[in-house]
Amino acid sequence: MSISNTTTIGAIDAPSRRNTELLLLVFAVAVAVFAYLNVGLALDGKVPSGVLGYALGLAALAGVAHLVVRKFARYADPLLLPLATLLNGIGLVFIWRLDQSPRLISLAKVAYGTFTPSAPKQMLYSAIGVAIFVVVLLFLKDHRVLQRYTYVSMVVALILLIAPIFFPAQFGARIWIRIPGLGSLQPGEFAKIIIAIFFAGYLMVKRDALALASRRFMGLYLPRGRDLGPILVIWALSILILVFETDLGTSLLFFGLFVVMLYVATERTSWIVFGLLMSAAGAVGVATFEPHVQSRVTAWLDPFSCYTTDKTGACEQVGQALMSFGSGGTLGSGLGQGNSDLIGFAANADFILSTVGEELGLAGTMAILLVYGLIVERGIRTALAARDPFGKLLAVGLTGGFAIQIFVVAGGVMGLIPLTGMTMPFLAAGGSSVIANWALIGLLIRISDTARRPAPAPAPSTDAEMTQVVRP
Amino acid sequence: MNKPLRRIAIFCGLLVLALLVRENWLGYVKADSLNTNAHNQRPTIERYSHAPGNIIVDGKPVTGAVKTDDTYFKYKQTWKDGPMWAPVTGYGSQVYGSTQLESIDDGILSGTDPRLFFDRTVSMFTGKNQKGGDVVTTLNADAQKAAYDGLKGKKGAAVAIDPSTGKILAMASTPSYDPSTIAGRTDGTAWSNLFNDKNDPLMNRALRQTYPPGSTFKLVTAAAALQNGTVSDPDAKTDSPLPYIMPGTTTPLKNEGNLPCKNATLRLALTVSCNSVFGHLGVELGKDKMLDEAKKFGFNSEQFIPVRADASEFPTDINQSQTALSSIGQFDTRATPLQMAMVASAIANDGKLMKPYMVDELRAPNLDVIDKTQPEQMSQPLSAGNAQKLQSMMESVVNDPMGTGGSAKISGATVGGKTGTAQNGVDNKGLPYAWFVSYAKVGNSSPVAVAVVVEDGAANRDDISGGGLAGPIAHDVMKAVIDSGK
Repeated sequence: MSISNTTTIGAIDAPSRRNTELLLLVFAVAVAVFAYLNVGLALDGKVPSGVLGYALGLAALAGVAHLVVRKFARYADPLLLPLATLLNGIGLVFIWRLDQSPRLISLAKVAYGTFTPSAPKQMLYSAIGVAIFVVVLLFLKDHRVLQRYTYVSMVVALILLIAPIFFPAQFGARIWIRIPGLGSLQPGEFAKIIIAIFFAGYLMVKRDALALASRRFMGLYLPRGRDLGPILVIWALSILILVFETDLGTSLLFFGLFVVMLYVATERTSWIVFGLLMSAAGAVGVATFEPHVQSRVTAWLDPFSCYTTDKTGACEQVGQALMSFGSGGTLGSGLGQGNSDLIGFAANADFILSTVGEELGLAGTMAILLVYGLIVERGIRTALAARDPFGKLLAVGLTGGFAIQIFVVAGGVMGLIPLTGMTMPFLAAGGSSVIANWALIGLLIRISDTARRPAPAPAPSTDAEMTQVVRP
Repeated sequence: MNKPLRRIAIFCGLLVLALLVRENWLGYVKADSLNTNAHNQRPTIERYSHAPGNIIVDGKPVTGAVKTDDTYFKYKQTWKDGPMWAPVTGYGSQVYGSTQLESIDDGILSGTDPRLFFDRTVSMFTGKNQKGGDVVTTLNADAQKAAYDGLKGKKGAAVAIDPSTGKILAMASTPSYDPSTIAGRTDGTAWSNLFNDKNDPLMNRALRQTYPPGSTFKLVTAAAALQNGTVSDPDAKTDSPLPYIMPGTTTPLKNEGNLPCKNATLRLALTVSCNSVFGHLGVELGKDKMLDEAKKFGFNSEQFIPVRADASEFPTDINQSQTALSSIGQFDTRATPLQMAMVASAIANDGKLMKPYMVDELRAPNLDVIDKTQPEQMSQPLSAGNAQKLQSMMESVVNDPMGTGGSAKISGATVGGKTGTAQNGVDNKGLPYAWFVSYAKVGNSSPVAVAVVVEDGAANRDDISGGGLAGPIAHDVMKAVIDSGK
């Protein structure tokens, strides 16, 4: 007898797609390097001196990440790494391009006395980000290990979220922790991942109680009070963040994340309805007495009002961002040839998409948005493919948070929704952001590797030969 | 859990779709309104990102540009002899916009004009920076200098026209300003000083200020009388009472001094400037015929040369005594210096009024002519015969020992002129305006017609007279044109 097992999940080696990934990575690096060349040629008329260093640096980062994936996550989704590399590489080019802006340089000199370019720092942070990515893949052999740290995650997330209250506000929001000698840290970016781990762990355990122990009221499933508790706590917390840290974006992100994960865990639409109602109530409530939020809403309703009336920075930035998008046309003014630096100090951070809009035009912006869309799509695919509920919830949590962040930032910059201070993942200048998002991609790759990994070939059963087929 | 996951996927897809739709909305639908938004600095940044073309006089540019260290605008415009040329060029400021030719031909100067499309396309492929074209004016630098120098230190304006074509040869206005001082982004103080100056240096008095034309308007009245046959022989006695009591009143229309105006010939009346004769003639013609003739000379409509000039005015709804006053350039009659230069040029050009213009050519950066102004007849206010009669009368004003225009005499040229001293202000308390309107001919050609007005608040009232103040300036301008051989 040659039949050694009867499992339906075969040990047939699924294609690992690592070579696809490599090819796409080469493409992503090439696009970024050509963009870098393009900026140099447009600004100075000659090949920029840093192009070799940039090309080698980016290729090295991508290469290391690829080798680690090839070795430790063989079956991982082949798109996630190239897409993240592309965005990070293009982001570096845009940040470097804005570093060359004489307007921003003189603005910084007036405000701080000196100007420090952001691109070298961002390159360093990208390297740290990729290092974190490698660490995640090396030390997290199975994402289910994270389940053990459900409540630890909760505590860490709470500490991270609350910490900025004790530090002074910058640029109108209290979302930074200052570490002397190291610079500022934006803990919200890391809290996003850690809170997704907590939710995934918590909901995996409680999802049946939440889904089933409910009363029907006016066509909706009303959850029991004790099950409603956690969502109320999160709602209250997000409101508190909003009030004390004046951080509209982060509170929206956490609340959205929780609603998405609850919905996936319980499969009950009523949670979405509650979530929306509560967030609306919270937003309206806060907006009535928080001037920071009010000015954002005013700026959203009429972006050009502040040129004549009040002089809050947010409004003028939104107006400038809109004009950036408007001036882009189909193909944009060309890299390095736009005037998005008119936005001022946040041009390379929260507003970096405006530079994309102006210099790459409609085509470029839509391409970038679709790259984000693809990352989200691969993330949800990972969630669909994951075989364990924790993995599903974690993947959809991370992806949902990512998607909401993109919508909130891009929508704010484009004037679709009121502006909230958050960064465009990978694209914007910001150490915390790029490091946290590389960790996020690392986790998704780990989950997708587990999900796509073929079942291990069962050990040859010693009973196999003794099994007799009894014929009637 | 896969069903809600798929829904979440759709939801995320909708979020991305919303962003894509919004981007298209901004990029296509709203783009125009965003790009033309008053707060959008991009057009100005683009405008000053390269050196603009020049405004050219006599083959030499009177404008230029310098590179600056400014982080917004790379180039700043400059002017040579700014105060002299400002009434022609206007100003082009990075902050305060632009006026006159700088504004009208901004597309050519900055290189964005659709007519430069081919040029732009070529430079797009050759990788060269977009360049601006040039605006070639009809002005005569010598005449302009004579006009400006003559007016310097006074308040007033002068316009010289080539009667046969309508080309503007000189256009000066004082007090003036140097556009170079307000071209940059940090020239706020200079700007507010100019803007708040009570002498209003930014005002182009040659085009945008109307003055009572005073006795110079008698040329129009004389033309109307000749055209309508009221007077056919300039040397025949007219039926002019002295004192002339204006109809419907008991007020006599006075002359300046004791002039032999009773039943004076039209020539004598013009030579010594009889108010009574022309007031009477105006009433005799009636307000409609007067208005008709004034309109033919260009009154009551704005002129575009291509810079807009205010409409000069002959009042429409007046009674007989007001008609009498209006006919000697008082009451509500008002004229720009350009308008009076047009009157002189129509007379000098044997009755044909050529449309005045000051832009000869628009040139692409590669010196191709993309637009050339052709001389164009605007109207014929009087027949050639009547024009010649009026010319001989105007020559008497200059040549007759009794004439008021002796100061304009030029040896070797035939000069015809008319002085004017226009009363001004409530109860004529203001200082009068001194006018001089004239033309000069060499042989049979008539190279120049000129109008000068001086509103000199500093002068002694008794000294103000068209012949004394404005005449010498007109003389210098005409001589400059003749000497430059154009």
